[in-house]
Amino acid sequence: MASELHVETLALREQFDTASQQKNASTLGMWIFLITEIMFFGGMFLAYTAYRSWYPNVFGAASRTLNATIGAINTAVLLCSSFTMVLAVRAGQLGKRKAIMIFLSLTMLLGLAFLGIKGYEWWEKFQEHHVPGPSFHMEGTPLQGQAQLFFSLYFAMTGLHALHMVIGVGVMSVLLLQAYRGKYSAEYYTPIDVGGLYWHFVDIIWIYLFPLLYLIDRHGPKP
Amino acid sequence: MSERTEHVDSVLTYAIVWIALLAATALTTAVAYVDLGPFSVVVALFIAVCKMLLVALFFMHVRHSAKLTRLVLLGGLLWLGILITLSMADFLTRGWLGVPGK
Repeated sequence: MASELHVETLALREQFDTASQQKNASTLGMWIFLITEIMFFGGMFLAYTAYRSWYPNVFGAASRTLNATIGAINTAVLLCSSFTMVLAVRAGQLGKRKAIMIFLSLTMLLGLAFLGIKGYEWWEKFQEHHVPGPSFHMEGTPLQGQAQLFFSLYFAMTGLHALHMVIGVGVMSVLLLQAYRGKYSAEYYTPIDVGGLYWHFVDIIWIYLFPLLYLIDRHGPKP
Repeated sequence: MSERTEHVDSVLTYAIVWIALLAATALTTAVAYVDLGPFSVVVALFIAVCKMLLVALFFMHVRHSAKLTRLVLLGGLLWLGILITLSMADFLTRGWLGVPGK
């Protein structure tokens, strides 16, 4: 009954009738946030699609300057981090404190590895003068403006993705601390669950970024 | 008090999904070096959608989640579809009709 009073716990706050109702509310809230994130990234995917359809030759040439091998390795690193994240959530479901901490730490390490590899790629771009700005230059095309447009979108999309990763690692360091302090149990592990949803969402964004930026123009028309 | 609605998947299930995701990544990278013409986009996006479904259904527990959550997710994807479809319907068709005097 809704009117009955119950002892307030982390898993069952006063305003909820049952723990599963509270859990569903948290999950739904996170999904609604992720929907806003889909629309946020969706606008950039749209901009990329529109400009690629307008300037296919230069976008193809610019895409071929990216290192697809490093991109593939980074994709694998991120997928591994999603695997360790889901194992952290599973450890939460089973209330295994130590396993939660181990898998959260592994996820953070893999996330930082991704950022390190991404940082190396960006550093390469600076070396090659592929960063939009006064010193920008891409070989093989007189249409430098269109090439800068590709790299502007490249840096905006991979940069915002990386920012989400940094936030994710920050969130996980808080979760790790709270797990260390014994806050989580089989009855209450919602923050780990919801943090996992966020991390997998960031993974899904990269699942689209990787083929669209690196792969689909390997055999495109020459400029 | 409350019924346990949680469904705990086995580590093996997650491991199989993880291996499948890595295999799909290797496949999409390898296929990119084959000249498929305009179909390279189709193949790459098809593999990406498959990977997204694996991550969402298994890692994000959508296959166990409440109907309302699934409805919200589908609603979000619908709005993304509207954004991309209507915008591209504009961008891709601008050259179709001649503009008098241009």
